[in-house]
Amino acid sequence: MEFFRFSRDIPFMRHALVFNVISALTFLAAVFFLATRGLHFSIEFTGGIVMQTTYAQTADVEKVRINVEKLNFGEVLVQNFGSSRDVIIRLPAAKGVKQSDVVTSVFDTLCKAESGTVSTQEVRTDKGEVSTRPVCSASNAEPVRLQSVEFVGPQVGRELAVNGAYALLAVVVGIMLYLAIRFEWKFAVAAIVANLHDVIIILGFFAFFQWEFNLTVLAAVLAVLGYSVNESVVIFDRIREAFRRFRKMNTHEVIDHAITSTMSRTIITHGCTQMMVLSMLIFGGPTLHGFAIALTIGILFGIYSSVFVAAAIAMWLGVKREDLVKPGGTSKELDPDDPNAGAVV
Amino acid sequence: MNRYPAWKYALLVIALLVGLVYTLPNFFGEAPAVQVSSGKATLKLDSAMARRVEEILAKASLKADFVQFEGASVKARFADLDAQRKAKDALNAALNPDPTNPSYIVALNLLSRSPGWLTSLHALPMFLGLDLRGGVYFLMQVDMKSALTKRAEAVTGDIRALLRDKNLRHAGITRDGNNVEVRFRDRETVNAARTLLGDQLPDLQWTEAADGTDIKLTGNLKPDAAKRVQDTAIAQNITTLHNRVNELGTSEPVIQQQGADRIVVQLPGVQDTARAKDIIGRTATLELRMVDSSAEAGAAVTGAGPVPFGTERYVERNGSPLIVKKQVVLTGDNLTDAQPSFDGQTHEPIVSLTVDAKGARIMKDLTRDNVGQRMAILLFEKGKGEVITAPVIRSELGSHFQISGRMTAEEASDTALLLRAGSLAAPMDIIEEKTIGPSLGAENILKGFHSVMFGFAAIALFMCLYYMLFGVVSTLALGFNLLLLIAVLSMLQATLSLPGIAAIALTLGMAIDSNVLINERIREELRGGAAPQTAIHNGYERAWATILDSNVTTLIAGLALLAFGSGPVRGFAVVHCLGIITSMFSAVVFSRGLVNLWYGRQKKLKSVAIGQVWKPQASVPAAKA
Repeated sequence: MEFFRFSRDIPFMRHALVFNVISALTFLAAVFFLATRGLHFSIEFTGGIVMQTTYAQTADVEKVRINVEKLNFGEVLVQNFGSSRDVIIRLPAAKGVKQSDVVTSVFDTLCKAESGTVSTQEVRTDKGEVSTRPVCSASNAEPVRLQSVEFVGPQVGRELAVNGAYALLAVVVGIMLYLAIRFEWKFAVAAIVANLHDVIIILGFFAFFQWEFNLTVLAAVLAVLGYSVNESVVIFDRIREAFRRFRKMNTHEVIDHAITSTMSRTIITHGCTQMMVLSMLIFGGPTLHGFAIALTIGILFGIYSSVFVAAAIAMWLGVKREDLVKPGGTSKELDPDDPNAGAVV
Repeated sequence: MNRYPAWKYALLVIALLVGLVYTLPNFFGEAPAVQVSSGKATLKLDSAMARRVEEILAKASLKADFVQFEGASVKARFADLDAQRKAKDALNAALNPDPTNPSYIVALNLLSRSPGWLTSLHALPMFLGLDLRGGVYFLMQVDMKSALTKRAEAVTGDIRALLRDKNLRHAGITRDGNNVEVRFRDRETVNAARTLLGDQLPDLQWTEAADGTDIKLTGNLKPDAAKRVQDTAIAQNITTLHNRVNELGTSEPVIQQQGADRIVVQLPGVQDTARAKDIIGRTATLELRMVDSSAEAGAAVTGAGPVPFGTERYVERNGSPLIVKKQVVLTGDNLTDAQPSFDGQTHEPIVSLTVDAKGARIMKDLTRDNVGQRMAILLFEKGKGEVITAPVIRSELGSHFQISGRMTAEEASDTALLLRAGSLAAPMDIIEEKTIGPSLGAENILKGFHSVMFGFAAIALFMCLYYMLFGVVSTLALGFNLLLLIAVLSMLQATLSLPGIAAIALTLGMAIDSNVLINERIREELRGGAAPQTAIHNGYERAWATILDSNVTTLIAGLALLAFGSGPVRGFAVVHCLGIITSMFSAVVFSRGLVNLWYGRQKKLKSVAIGQVWKPQASVPAAKA
């Protein structure tokens, strides 16, 4: 089986301007949505309380919202999480009230709404672990169960945001340094510009759809940055090689050749990674959902940006053969494919 | 050219075996167990306890898989839940004759079911994070400001006492935040005081300023001294938390420092946040009282007479009773430090204690009149007192004194720990809290496992179809990568969380890139007309530079996450970084080994099974220019 049969190089760079305009527009749209809508940060960043509950029957989200709002803990967000029986309740970090009291009173309210009573019971799991937890019981049934509670103080969130920014900075500087040493500063700049544009676009999607931006999504975004730079590196590697091998080609043609000859690998690799990510999206459940979504967007735009944006920027920056094939020395010895190499008379 | 020397194959086989051995424990699951730990701060378990547990179990005719002493507790593993429950009851009945005042905590627990020979190789399963097994997580902020204030308060008292001793007249000593201000009337006294304070309190640095007609000396803690105060505060809080958390009988509590002033507490299996908080927040108090040595008290000790009025009966750590007066001489608040050390002359282990100025005055008055008497140091927890130690007063004591006599070095450090364990060095606030139910954890494991499994299967199927035999090799290499990754994580005893599983999946998805690069290169070489053996050789050689470059950039991103991430991001980053390293080994060295083994020996190789190689009209695809 072989999917890709290119008998000649595809002239990508002839359309470089068009691609750059497209990505500039997407980029601007992403920035626009980030600026107007902003990211929907999870409580890990903002601070607050999240309670995850599971109902025995399909939960009435509207009823839950009304009941919790009556408690006056501030802006409440109630939504389904995963299935129709799982409900997640978000509350802002309350000042002056102990958060355990907030949780207890919310759970009490939910339990009463199902005409049950809360008691602390010792529960034995099937693995033999014993734990005590508040249980809502109503006529031998458990109409609602408290699955998890999370509370984050506001100072933790501020730190996370700062650390996230530092991590991004470290990735950018580290990758640029490495590429500048290994290739050329023009490639370093091109790769970083192309891939930061991916990051902004992912964030733009999260802003547009108001998907929750949490720590795992942040990890995914930074992983994507490393991953799509890797894509650019593969193409740059080819460009360098082509500059050495095909001395008659001009920069345009060299870039076209590099992109065409790595096309098959690009599509197959990304396809495989995407299969894994898709598997997470389908089977990973709600916790990994945001992670998988961020990766999916990242992978798709990663291909686009490495192929069409990074190489084009390197071209605009004026990459030349001399930048990569070091002048001086006998270039014949450097060329592994020269049939006359080593034939010294 | 496509042959590996024997040592390379040997290396691969060893890597495979090590990978298998260390991955294996993760598949055995967990078995019910009973854990016995100390219920009192003054009681310390040792290996003798394991034998005692064995005897009790034998008497109850219960068969444990094994009984072992580990860390600070004795664990016994059982085949089924029924035996576990019976063992708990039997142990509880035998070890805690008085249920209202239990000396030991007998808790149900889980232990890995992996066989003994694996455990003896230190092949242990990975820890599961709270999101996978359920439990409580607290992040606590230590109030360092108040630790420093407390220190400044103690120093203020010391200065007052020092100046009085040397008869240096001052016009007032005040504490302003973490600074101490001393006012003097004349220059002469200032100079004398400065020399004295500089000698006696090396932790402080002094600045002089005119304050009206007075001269003001302001002392503040030197930065390294302040750091020392903070470090001890954190260490003491962690020790105290450990002692308290033990009581919950939870399987593997994690109590760690995070950053400069935070403590993470993870209690797997615990669901009752309120009770956990209650226990963590409890305070213990230390009291110093005199021992009653009168004749009536002597009679009360032997049981011949009643306990005299105004005294109480306590039991020493060695079991002998002690009659102690009810009047409290000193409390733990006055004790600033307790450290184990060695006596300068006798080289015996001792515990050296430091009390603050107020404590020193009381000690002086008390000990002057009571040389030859005994004093008792008691630790009160949950309203019940325990005698930590009851030394004889040998001479008049000041602010620094020591407890010595027939102690081993370990006993000295235990005693010092107990003396300090009374209370928290600085108050703490819970700033982050998570509770995860056990069923949610089990669900998360299943979801993570399914994601990896189906993703892997899809990639394997595609690779085998598209690259034929080379696809099979790539799939085996990917499987080898997964094996190595899990083995390394188990060796490091890393904690696996859901983001960690996601990282495993993502790393596998990205690791296949190396093999795709290699296979595409080989095809390209074949397309260019190279002989099969040459094509394999060149394919691997030329792909290597690209693989290295792309993995290094990914690794940079992973390391940045590791350096700046916290919590879930860190778990993700650890797995991600390790996975990149194992993938380089498996995708290049291992897959090459397989290919060499298959094709390397055939001298006249005509074709390789790498799927269809389509050749364009021109022999070199890009040589149109």
